[in-house]
Amino acid sequence: MHYTVGDPIKDAKAPEGPIEDRWDKRRFSAKLVNPANKRKLTVIVVGTGLAGGSAAATLGELGYKVKSFCYQDSPRRAHSIAAQGGINAAKNYRGDGDSIYRLFYDTVKGGDFRARESNVYRLAQVSVNIIDQAVAQGVPFAREYGGLLDTRSFGGAQVSRTFYARGQTGQQLLLGAYQALERQIAAGTVEMHTRHEMLDLVISDGRARGVIVRDMVTGEIETHLADAVVLASGGYGNVFFLSTNAKGCNTTAIWRAHRRGAYFGNPCYTQIHPTCIPVSGEYQSKLTLMSESLRNDGRVWVPLRKGDERPPAEIPEDERDYYLERIYPAFGNLVPRDIASRAAKNVCDEGRGVGPGGLGVYLDFADAIRRLGQHAVEQKYGNLFEMYERITGENPYNVPMRIYPAVHYTMGGLWVDYDLQSTIPGLFVIGEANFSDHGANRLGASALMQGLADGYFVLPTTVGDYLAAGPFGEVDAEAVDEAVGQVRSKIDRLLAVNGDRTADSFHRELGKLMWDYCGMERTEESLRKALERIPELRKEFWENVKVPGDGEGLNQALERAGRVADFFDLAELMCVDALHRTESCGGHFRAESQDADGEALRDDENFAYVAAWEFQEEGGPVLHREDLNYEYVKMTQRSYK
Amino acid sequence: MKLTLEVWRQNGPADRGRMVTYQVEDVSPDMSFLEMLDVLNERLILNGEEPIAFDHDCREGICGMCGMVINGVAHGEQRATTTCQLHMRHFEDGETVTIEPWRAAPFPVVKDLVVDRSAFDRIIQAGGFISVPAGSAPDAHAVPVRKDDADAAFDAATCIGCGACVAACPNGSASLFTAAKITHLGLLPQGQPERDARAKAMVEQMDVEGFGGCTNTGECTAVCPKGIPLDTIARMNRDYLKAR
Ligand SMILES: Cc1cc2nc3c(=O)[nH]c(=O)nc-3n(C[C@H](O)[C@H](O)[C@H](O)COP(=O)(O)OP(=O)(O)OC[C@H]3O[C@@H](n4cnc5c(N)ncnc54)[C@H](O)[C@@H]3O)c2cc1C
Ligand code: SF4
Ligand code: FES
Repeated sequence: MHYTVGDPIKDAKAPEGPIEDRWDKRRFSAKLVNPANKRKLTVIVVGTGLAGGSAAATLGELGYKVKSFCYQDSPRRAHSIAAQGGINAAKNYRGDGDSIYRLFYDTVKGGDFRARESNVYRLAQVSVNIIDQAVAQGVPFAREYGGLLDTRSFGGAQVSRTFYARGQTGQQLLLGAYQALERQIAAGTVEMHTRHEMLDLVISDGRARGVIVRDMVTGEIETHLADAVVLASGGYGNVFFLSTNAKGCNTTAIWRAHRRGAYFGNPCYTQIHPTCIPVSGEYQSKLTLMSESLRNDGRVWVPLRKGDERPPAEIPEDERDYYLERIYPAFGNLVPRDIASRAAKNVCDEGRGVGPGGLGVYLDFADAIRRLGQHAVEQKYGNLFEMYERITGENPYNVPMRIYPAVHYTMGGLWVDYDLQSTIPGLFVIGEANFSDHGANRLGASALMQGLADGYFVLPTTVGDYLAAGPFGEVDAEAVDEAVGQVRSKIDRLLAVNGDRTADSFHRELGKLMWDYCGMERTEESLRKALERIPELRKEFWENVKVPGDGEGLNQALERAGRVADFFDLAELMCVDALHRTESCGGHFRAESQDADGEALRDDENFAYVAAWEFQEEGGPVLHREDLNYEYVKMTQRSYK
Repeated sequence: MKLTLEVWRQNGPADRGRMVTYQVEDVSPDMSFLEMLDVLNERLILNGEEPIAFDHDCREGICGMCGMVINGVAHGEQRATTTCQLHMRHFEDGETVTIEPWRAAPFPVVKDLVVDRSAFDRIIQAGGFISVPAGSAPDAHAVPVRKDDADAAFDAATCIGCGACVAACPNGSASLFTAAKITHLGLLPQGQPERDARAKAMVEQMDVEGFGGCTNTGECTAVCPKGIPLDTIARMNRDYLKAR
């Protein structure tokens, strides 16, 4: 698949002036909607994770009419619930030298200089308000004996700025947002539609004006109209089939919007998390993350010798290689994720991996248990240890955990400007669904921060500015009919094939292909192979998939097939993006671009830009470059040594 | 290993439903229970039969979406475990396993093993929150919270809203679920202003939804995957009586 180059994106709409003042300036310049008018303005929010849940609740509090959608049976079940480790905030409660500027600096550097400075600075500023908000809602963060909040450190930072609620930070933050959302549902400002899946976007007069959804219980196709649409539908890591994401995570909402004109930013930026439980068999349906916070106290190692099959306890200290501590003495086990993942892959490629197939490394708590006592370790990580034991049948208090990298997060997503608005007016994108703040690599505990920053604080201001010009009048009936027709015909096509392979089997094969050719390490050759293979497999899918049942009523196989169909198209764009970016940066590692030590080598001269892709029915995608300028943080080669 | 499954099949709310028997072979002990069902479903699809509908999402015991009554026990016999966390190493070769949906009037069956738990959301709507609009919060350190209280609040807050407590209760009571939220918020200083009103409204909503009363049988906490303790219910009752 080839691509063409279109006009660069000149203006991402960030205010000018000193970086500390930009968000204030934007807030002040944003037009306000008078309270009586708010009631007449409808906003659709797709997704009820940290981003969508907090946005819908806040818009409801402000008095807008909100319609909220999720595919689960309750908004509380969004994938955010699974986040374990914590949330960053520049509170500097420890007095260890943290500041808004330092969080900003760490995030820009951690993202390998591929994020916008203005956005990241705002994120760091707002981070402090998030903790205040969450605590006031009753989020039971970990506390110290004095009654103040406890924090821990996370990868990519040398200060302790990560707030946490045991190993269930995402759950507790999401329940906070969910409860705020339910309060608004009770107040009548938010209309909730659970078990509804968005399948298309309605555009009228150039503006996003609604969504087409399928009621997953009755099978009915419904149209919902509004004055603005917010997508908060999460990440697309499940394109790899095996990932740490919940099974239902999908790209359909953003992919449909992309097809309708929203540019897709940096689709190839994928995060592979270093600490996941290794695959155990063919039937594997998902991978389970062991929170990165474990690297605070756990030490990563493999046998020094190739093919050493002794049980870990029998391998003496001097025959172990604590390779992260050895290669990166300054950060040790706390190097950023991309670096830790690649290092694990390298030692396994050398034949020093452990466990079935040699695809694993040890994460060992023996030292921590000796130093802190088992009780303290249990207090901090109890539920994670339990989770590990359940899955593997091994007790990590006695035997070191085995871990291996797995797909975890997607930094790419729909392109948005400083206001979080996509290239379609009136379509806003927040949380993991957008591409905005993490550059080419997200630091641990920063996704929760971004989702809540977007939802509680940024979007409510910027969407208001947009809506101040509304209401936007009648929606073009033909546009609605066309979108409904598209949705129906896709469903009919899927049901009509009646071949002899299930959608899941195609998904598995696509995922394997993406992992092998567009995963932790990418080469021109591997990507070209993928680009050859994906269209063939997609063709086979459309000729040979078997979807049982009909479009009426609950049909989970149909839901899955629809998602897989969109993953095929996205996979292709990811590979095009990965192929065109011949540099390595963050989670995008092109084997051709590495330094003498095997570290990712950026090419700032040619690639210091966001790749925003425009969809075209014929002729392949169109690349629009948004140049990135660094006025505050000097671009340097990242070093964690 | 080989297993015989007896699975509840019900086409929709109006269908009467029945148990259907399936044989599954090549079950690996390292599979999760849901992976075992995935494998069966793949086969059913290829045979032109309807796959078994069941709810799930995170598959790591935190979203609360999954839930089946396995061999008569909500989430199966292993304690403190959700259905998705259950692994086949806990079953024996040749065993017959029965699989049914949550059964409780306020949780009507949608299809097969999928039920409608929206009543739980409505209980939260009644008062399971602290009213604090975005942007109005004071500094997080303005109010210290005793570590014991914070920890106990956290323990109650770990409820995942799965509904196993209701399915296990002979009265179909939602007391454990409701009490967990009342306890979580009622233990924190931030939750005090609305404490009475919250307890009253949530308990009353529980009744409106048609959940039964609590007679202290303790079945709920026995199956609860998060080990929400029974004494949260005592606390709820105290708060409720005080509020009334
Ligand atoms: C196991 C795990 C642990 C993690 N731990 C951490 C951590 O410790 N710290 C951290 O900062 N980050 C962590 N992350 C990342 C973080 O959890 C996510 O990036 C973040 O929660 C995403 O939030 P979101 O609101 O953007 O989307 P999600 O929470 O994924 O929500 C998506 C919502 O969109 C809805 N939806 C999706 N598609 C459709 C559709 N087509 N129609 C209708 N609705 C739809 C879903 O129903 C859901 O409500 C972790 C991620 C994983 C996988
Ligand atoms: S109290 Fe326990 S069993 Fe009941 S809904 Fe909560 S987690 Fe599930
Ligand atoms: S699928 Fe999420 S708790 Fe079981």
